[in-house]
Amino acid sequence: MTAEAPTPKIEVRDLTVAYGRESALRNLSLDILPNEILSIIGPSNSGKTSFLRALNRMNDLEPRIRTTGTIRLDGADIRRDLAAEDLRKRVGMIFALPNPLPLSIFENIVYGPRRSGVRDKNILAGLVESSLRSAFLWDEVKDRLQSSAFKLSGGQQQRLCIARTLALGPEVILYDEPCSGLDPISTAKVEESMTELRKSQTIVLVTNNTKQAARVGTRTAFFLSGEMVEIGPTDKIFTAPDDKRTEDYIVGRFG
Amino acid sequence: MSREGRRQTVGFGALLLATLLVVIPVIFIVGMIVAKGWSALSLNFLFTMPTEGMKAGGIFPALVGTIYLVAAAVLFSLPIGIMAAIYLSEYAKDNLLTRLINLSIINLAGVSSVVYGLFGLSLFVVFLKFGVSIISGALTLGVMTLPVIITTTREALRTVPRSYREVSFSLGATRWQTVRHSVLPSAVPGIITGAILSIGRIAGETAPILFTVAAFYLPKLPHGLSDQAMALPYHLYIISTQIPGIPENYRYGTALVLVGLVLILNISATIVRARYRKRK
Repeated sequence: MTAEAPTPKIEVRDLTVAYGRESALRNLSLDILPNEILSIIGPSNSGKTSFLRALNRMNDLEPRIRTTGTIRLDGADIRRDLAAEDLRKRVGMIFALPNPLPLSIFENIVYGPRRSGVRDKNILAGLVESSLRSAFLWDEVKDRLQSSAFKLSGGQQQRLCIARTLALGPEVILYDEPCSGLDPISTAKVEESMTELRKSQTIVLVTNNTKQAARVGTRTAFFLSGEMVEIGPTDKIFTAPDDKRTEDYIVGRFG
Repeated sequence: MSREGRRQTVGFGALLLATLLVVIPVIFIVGMIVAKGWSALSLNFLFTMPTEGMKAGGIFPALVGTIYLVAAAVLFSLPIGIMAAIYLSEYAKDNLLTRLINLSIINLAGVSSVVYGLFGLSLFVVFLKFGVSIISGALTLGVMTLPVIITTTREALRTVPRSYREVSFSLGATRWQTVRHSVLPSAVPGIITGAILSIGRIAGETAPILFTVAAFYLPKLPHGLSDQAMALPYHLYIISTQIPGIPENYRYGTALVLVGLVLILNISATIVRARYRKRK
């Protein structure tokens, strides 16, 4: 896109994702750059979520879904060179609805590290504090880490889920409409954490809220019916898009 | 409005009647057993050997035999049933083979218990040469109760929200880690319900133990798994139909002990389940 053109964090080439005979995504190629927030916007059924779930191979859990094409993370083919479990530790995911496990706040956050074999109590406690701080939740829950995660409000739960993902130290974080169920204040906190995390992580944000893409995205891609219409710096996409359909979507003529 | 109201009253009445039709016989049966059997209950009745051709004395060997059978059968069928259910629900692909397996499990749940008795006789007693013994009886009872355990465990696993699995996978957990740490803990109460249902059935069945373990009269306690044993349901059958002149309260007392034993086992399982639910 730009003159310096850094090495991409993730390279996607000819990605096709199909549910049975219906394809959700066709021949998609794009690069995700290190430390960017790439927002993906587009109406429902445009293939945004299928794209996101291809990046950490969550699509592979559903036997009906067929994926072709290649995705490379730092040059390594994520389906040939990496085990799915290792990939998912490096490419974390935040889901649309907050989905804490029926465990305490503490146990939710150490769920991933424990499964990777971390046993040391001090390390685990340190991970809990640092992840909660990065997710802007520490001050609200530091006195009740042992209480159930279900007792938190929706916005707190979503930030807990972000902290839980951060505890694995991912290089890339995928957000799948993370604020769709949240009030504006919680949304602002989630966005704040995103811009902060960008310093050390690469972020891909799927959102139905074009304003959110405009607020936090460094680049924005517009998907429509399984294809990418346009990708570019967020300013450009929102002020002078190349494609008429992008403009129509952004100003709200459809979608 | 008043017509609607009347209709509603009639509807509620029908539902209430149906409920009563279910509850009243149970109350009647239990009430009768308690009323007629209560007078027989004593420590002596529970903990001594039968005497005078089972016309007097206690039911200790039958009580012990039934406890052995329940414990051994549950120890056998609960782990296998749970593992099979986990495999079918979390690992197996949906294909013709797994559908056939599912169909067989559903049908096995409906097979009458005497068929299991004959199966146990030919497989465990004769073919595997376990003889008429506690191990043969427990395995037969275990096989009989497997479909119940598998079905209830699968139901319990199915009610665990999909998001628990997704989150676990997204955090880099393997499939087994996901089952072990994310799915199973939420399914335990449902699995215990399955175990409760099985315990009741194991303790109460007569036909499966008829050819595989049950002794008509054995005035000593079993020493090991290869011994024959008396069991409460079979003992009850014998003293009710095969031997004349058994006092009525002796028969109903035996029935009361059997019902009470199942009740105690169920209550303890229910307490475990309630504790488990509360922990979350």
